Amino acid sequence: MYGNDFPGEDPPGGLLGEVEAAEVALRAAAARDRGAAEPGGDLAAYFAEVVDADQKIEPRDWMPEAYRRTLIRQIAQHAHSEIIGMQPEGNWISRAPSLKRKAILLAKVQDEAGHGLYLYAAAETLGVSRDELVDLLLSGRQKYSSIFNYPTLSWADVGAIGWLVDGAAIVNQVPLCRCSYGPYARAMIRVCKEESFHQRQGYEILHTLAHGTPAQKAMAQDSVDRWWYPSLAMFGPPDGDSTHSAQSMAWKIKRFSNDELRQRFVDMCVGQAEALGLRIPDPELRWNDDRQAYDFTQPDYDELMQVINGNGPCNRQRMEHRRRAHREGAWVREAATAYAAKRAEKEKVAA
Amino acid sequence: MSRQHTPLWEVFVRARRGLAHTHVGSLHAPDAELALHNARDLYTRRQEGVSIWVVPASAITASSPDEKDAFFDPAADKVYRHPTFYEVPDGVAHL
Repeated sequence: MYGNDFPGEDPPGGLLGEVEAAEVALRAAAARDRGAAEPGGDLAAYFAEVVDADQKIEPRDWMPEAYRRTLIRQIAQHAHSEIIGMQPEGNWISRAPSLKRKAILLAKVQDEAGHGLYLYAAAETLGVSRDELVDLLLSGRQKYSSIFNYPTLSWADVGAIGWLVDGAAIVNQVPLCRCSYGPYARAMIRVCKEESFHQRQGYEILHTLAHGTPAQKAMAQDSVDRWWYPSLAMFGPPDGDSTHSAQSMAWKIKRFSNDELRQRFVDMCVGQAEALGLRIPDPELRWNDDRQAYDFTQPDYDELMQVINGNGPCNRQRMEHRRRAHREGAWVREAATAYAAKRAEKEKVAA
Repeated sequence: MSRQHTPLWEVFVRARRGLAHTHVGSLHAPDAELALHNARDLYTRRQEGVSIWVVPASAITASSPDEKDAFFDPAADKVYRHPTFYEVPDGVAHL
């Protein structure tokens, strides 16, 4: 989503407007307060009633065990994605073309860490500890978004990630601002507001390159060529093959289907690509007047399954790096804990 | 001691002078000082606040949502605590 200074933008309001609307709706729903569940009443019926009324389920409310498990899995995998997502871009911090770009990229990667932490905190409200979740990631029992298993080969990739990958993430995440689970919805509102800068900075990088030398423009085009289909795959398998969708929609964890969101993303990108002067690498891409939407080529879902199953270009590298970072940070965590214990001991003696 | 539990802290931020501290989220830190520093880095990267409180999550005692009605009921039938309970005679101003 872009401000008024870019061509090909969303109409005023746009995705950021939807985030604001979600926040207003959240407050309005909170204002339509309802009594607590009747003592000894039907807790499941009360839960369904709250969800139907678009109100929020909070940590201490009764919830179906499967709802809790689904949320833990989704929020944790979302958190892991933010943390692993620091790697492809972190790869370019030391080689950013100017001090300004470097400062911006540092701030962005720092934001990703922050988003990961907001989300781990939201997951913890469901009765799981962050240590457990980190273990699940490190032991490969929980996944992160497959997109981060692709390499960043050029500086233009930092631009393409901001524009396409963050763009797709925002399209996915904006509806999550209306998720039925309060702590997740509130974390997503915070994340989405911060993401708008990420997408904008990526678009600006590509815009600069696309209007630079022929070599720079070629680099930008190459980058879009490589990131387009993996970005489309970020929305997950087609609706018919999506395993978790129907129940999540019923619980209002998820508000739109994978295919609906993918279509929305494609429709947004076409005009933005034109303004960049870059080509979306899809010969079948064309406006369909009947559907009032663009026809486009689906991403390669066999490739998506391969990458999910650990066979993408960078899966091993990403996990090795994450494990090493965790291992090498152990002494810092231990030192901080020891220092806190020592101080607590001293205070006890003094008291 | 690699798996020693790092306590959870609840974070409250005052957005501007004159506003109350508002709960923004939580984080892990071994002690209060680090919790405060981490909260600054995590929740105020864009100058969202002028003041931060961190409170050990374990020190918070929360009321139970199931008991919400019984717990808050005693206030429900005391309408006379609201000024609108009292009728003001016509023509009486500044009351």
